[in-house]
Amino acid sequence: MTVPLTQYLLVAAILFTIGIAGIILNRKNIIIILMSVELILLSVNINLVAFSAYLGDLTGQVFALFILTVAAAEAAIGLAILVTFYRNRGSIAVEDIHLMKG
Amino acid sequence: MDVPAFFFTLFSTVMIVSAILVIAARNPVHSVLFLILAFCNAAGLFVMLGAEFLAMILVVVYVGAIAVLFLFVVMMLDVDFTEFKQGFLQYLPIGALIGAVVLVELFLVLGNWVAGSGSVAAVTTPVPPGMTNTMALGRVLYTQYAYLFQGAALVLLTAMIGAIVLTLHHKVGVKRQNIAEQNARTPADAIEIHKVASGKGL
Repeated sequence: MTVPLTQYLLVAAILFTIGIAGIILNRKNIIIILMSVELILLSVNINLVAFSAYLGDLTGQVFALFILTVAAAEAAIGLAILVTFYRNRGSIAVEDIHLMKG
Repeated sequence: MDVPAFFFTLFSTVMIVSAILVIAARNPVHSVLFLILAFCNAAGLFVMLGAEFLAMILVVVYVGAIAVLFLFVVMMLDVDFTEFKQGFLQYLPIGALIGAVVLVELFLVLGNWVAGSGSVAAVTTPVPPGMTNTMALGRVLYTQYAYLFQGAALVLLTAMIGAIVLTLHHKVGVKRQNIAEQNARTPADAIEIHKVASGKGL
């Protein structure tokens, strides 16, 4: 492989940082926060698949598959909670969500 | 620049630019569309790494399911998204600071990182030669990681039940079939028998 492993790790690191920055910058918009979480999980997947390819070990790809599963479940549950919250309160502003206690 | 390096640069650049646009776009619909672009380019990177199955799964699951789910929710909620953008500049310094710290830390780790001498020898599931990626992955997934596979299925089942329970919404005032009530009916409370004498009414 002509592209060295470090470059893949670099790209994944940049993507991870963008995800972290997205959570902080869009603190009011929960949909963008969920998308940033998806970006973070994608960067983790790139890391796992890159190591898997360069070490010749399939375990990394299996775990990337499991992360994909968890990401799908997380998005489904998160958006379901969002829809329910919007139906009850008529808003999805993050500042209002501090009322959900207990 | 040879072909793999060119495609790596293309995929990674487009992916990173669209990831930046995901968090910077004013309209959340645009954010979702840029998210789809980022996922497609990540699938390209996966193909370059030889993980064809994961690349296709990424397109099917992420682009086909998750991103479309996001798109549905964004379009369904009637929310003024422009007011959410107001804190963007206020949080920009701290966001940039934390992002820079994380990036520098990750680069420091990468700069000093070398593969341990035993890491290749410690490979538990080597890629069998002359086998497609999908086949090799399936052989590992259904044997060595069978329990984890079932656990993943359980996670998906939980998510499915949870999403249905959360969003299933019964309107009040609508007549519905209540099967338990129907089954609990007995002839005693369902019918009444009267002996009616002839020539007289009830």
